[in-house]
Amino acid sequence: MSSSSPEQVRLPVAKRRRRRRSITLTRRDKLVATLLVGVPLLLDLAFVWFPALASVALSFTKWTGIGSVSFTKPCTKPAIPGLPAKDGCFFGVQNYDRAFNRYPDFWPAVQHNVIWLIVFMLVATPLGMLFAVILDRGIRGSRIYQSVLFLPVMLSLALIGIIWELVYSPDYGLINSVLGRTGNNDQISWLGNPHLNLWSILVEAIWRQAGYVMVLYLAGLKAVDPALREAATIDGATTWQTFWRVIFPVMKPINIVILVVTVIESLRAFDLVYITGKGNPVRGLELLSVLVTQNIVGETQQLGFGSTLGVILLVIALVPITIFLYQTFRREARP
Amino acid sequence: MSATLASPAAAAARPVTSPGGGRRKAGRISAQVFMLAAAILWLTPIVFAVYVSLRPEKETNRLGYVSIAHTLTLSNFTTAWKQGEMWRFFLNSVWITLPAVVLTLALASGVAFVVSRLSFRFNIALLILFTAGNLLPQQVLIMPLYRIYNDIHLPSFLSDSGLMYDSRFGLIAINVSFQLGFCVFVLSNYMKTIPIDIDEAAIVDGASLWLRYWRIVLPLCRPAMAALATLLTTWIYNDFFWAITLISTGNKRPITSALANLQGQFVTNQNMIAAAALMAAVPTLVVYVLLQKQFIAGLSLGSTKG
Repeated sequence: MSSSSPEQVRLPVAKRRRRRRSITLTRRDKLVATLLVGVPLLLDLAFVWFPALASVALSFTKWTGIGSVSFTKPCTKPAIPGLPAKDGCFFGVQNYDRAFNRYPDFWPAVQHNVIWLIVFMLVATPLGMLFAVILDRGIRGSRIYQSVLFLPVMLSLALIGIIWELVYSPDYGLINSVLGRTGNNDQISWLGNPHLNLWSILVEAIWRQAGYVMVLYLAGLKAVDPALREAATIDGATTWQTFWRVIFPVMKPINIVILVVTVIESLRAFDLVYITGKGNPVRGLELLSVLVTQNIVGETQQLGFGSTLGVILLVIALVPITIFLYQTFRREARP
Repeated sequence: MSATLASPAAAAARPVTSPGGGRRKAGRISAQVFMLAAAILWLTPIVFAVYVSLRPEKETNRLGYVSIAHTLTLSNFTTAWKQGEMWRFFLNSVWITLPAVVLTLALASGVAFVVSRLSFRFNIALLILFTAGNLLPQQVLIMPLYRIYNDIHLPSFLSDSGLMYDSRFGLIAINVSFQLGFCVFVLSNYMKTIPIDIDEAAIVDGASLWLRYWRIVLPLCRPAMAALATLLTTWIYNDFFWAITLISTGNKRPITSALANLQGQFVTNQNMIAAAALMAAVPTLVVYVLLQKQFIAGLSLGSTKG
């Protein structure tokens, strides 16, 4: 099912618009339309957009989540030191101050998120694109290769974390056995050593992400007009030249989709780390998403501070989201 | 596909460009070697996990995982199934995934229909709202959502905790709300490719808006709906984050997040954890074998819009 074939029967925009206006709706039709849009809209607003905006508001408060929260009443020193205030209070930018200046896990988390993103950009995505380009040329066995490389995309990240624990196991695992490092004194702790574990987890993440990018890119490649490629071949262009000079530029929309997917997936990275640490924080694997979650499933709930970390994540996420929306809806907004 | 369908002209042109011919052949061989190596690398962890899960823990404790198996047994699977009460988690997953997929598709197709068929002022704003919502990292929503879920009281037939928090209903609600965006985006693009003349014939016949949605446009969207259903089933079934944060009772968790509990339960028996994890993957593997095309079609619909 290629999405480009029905596209060809699309009516010219001007013609479509004129026709649309001519349709008159009965009162009942209007009610139906309102319900069809209204119910999903309400859900989206209540459970996605309201929480997203409320995060911003809560990030300026100090709140354990118990009782109510006030956005006007400033926080005061508790009467008895050490006893947490019952209701939430306005805390100004102190959560941000704490995150940036006093929270020891914050900068490592930012650093790890950045490393994650860079590795996805420089390794996982190009690898997936390379797979796609090779498969698109139709080498022998490409269907089997595609299936194999795509398999991890179907698996949950929780499962992927568990599978790789066997590979990385210090005393019995595949890698240490091959390296002959399973002895008690020379074991390599791939997932425990804070200088190593981020890279080990990234291998797991690449293992999945490359297949994902491959499928997306393959879809884009198939939508490219074959005539372009033929023309380039006839002109004597090499495969490499054909790809970089002809195919890659016409694939700008899909390149942006992949860029957005890459950034968003790097920010969402959570499951692998959570499963690897069995729910506990692991030194070397701090990520913004994990820090947010620790403030809610951890022992002490700090809705205010957790929201602050969430908002920082939101601000970063808005960059790729805006790029994607601009690219996608720019054409339609024009009359 | 386009490469295999290269026209005769291109095929004829190939031998003529002989200077690149040798290099091209070398390129093809190195591509084959590269893909073969990648495929082996990609399969190794899975094959390894299956191998470990088929061996008793006592044996691998003695010999390590990388050793010739003396006994191959399914006992890890049966024990995990019984002791881990996997059937319960599977059922939880079914009761969360199925309603969530059906609801998401029903609601998203309604929005997509109105946005693609009627021209009213907020069409694009609506599309942007839904699409952007789906792109947010889940962690951005979780703090307020956690609190909202603890504030919404539900009747006991919907939730035995009496709250949206820690209830199946709550988990369905967030999965539906969050996935709506992607489906609205894909379906509205798809519906825009269905010529409006088809509706117009129906309007002349006096069909109401509902009939046009239900009887005309929706049946034409069957391929897109099937592709999305496959994607959604896999995504919601594989969801980990919402279940970990919004379900606190271990028994109520769907299987993917329950793997985290099982990890604690069989803490020393990695072989059994592997068996449990592989069992949890069975439904997605069924999708993979039977519906891979649908799944890929869904991803393609989301990424290439005409």
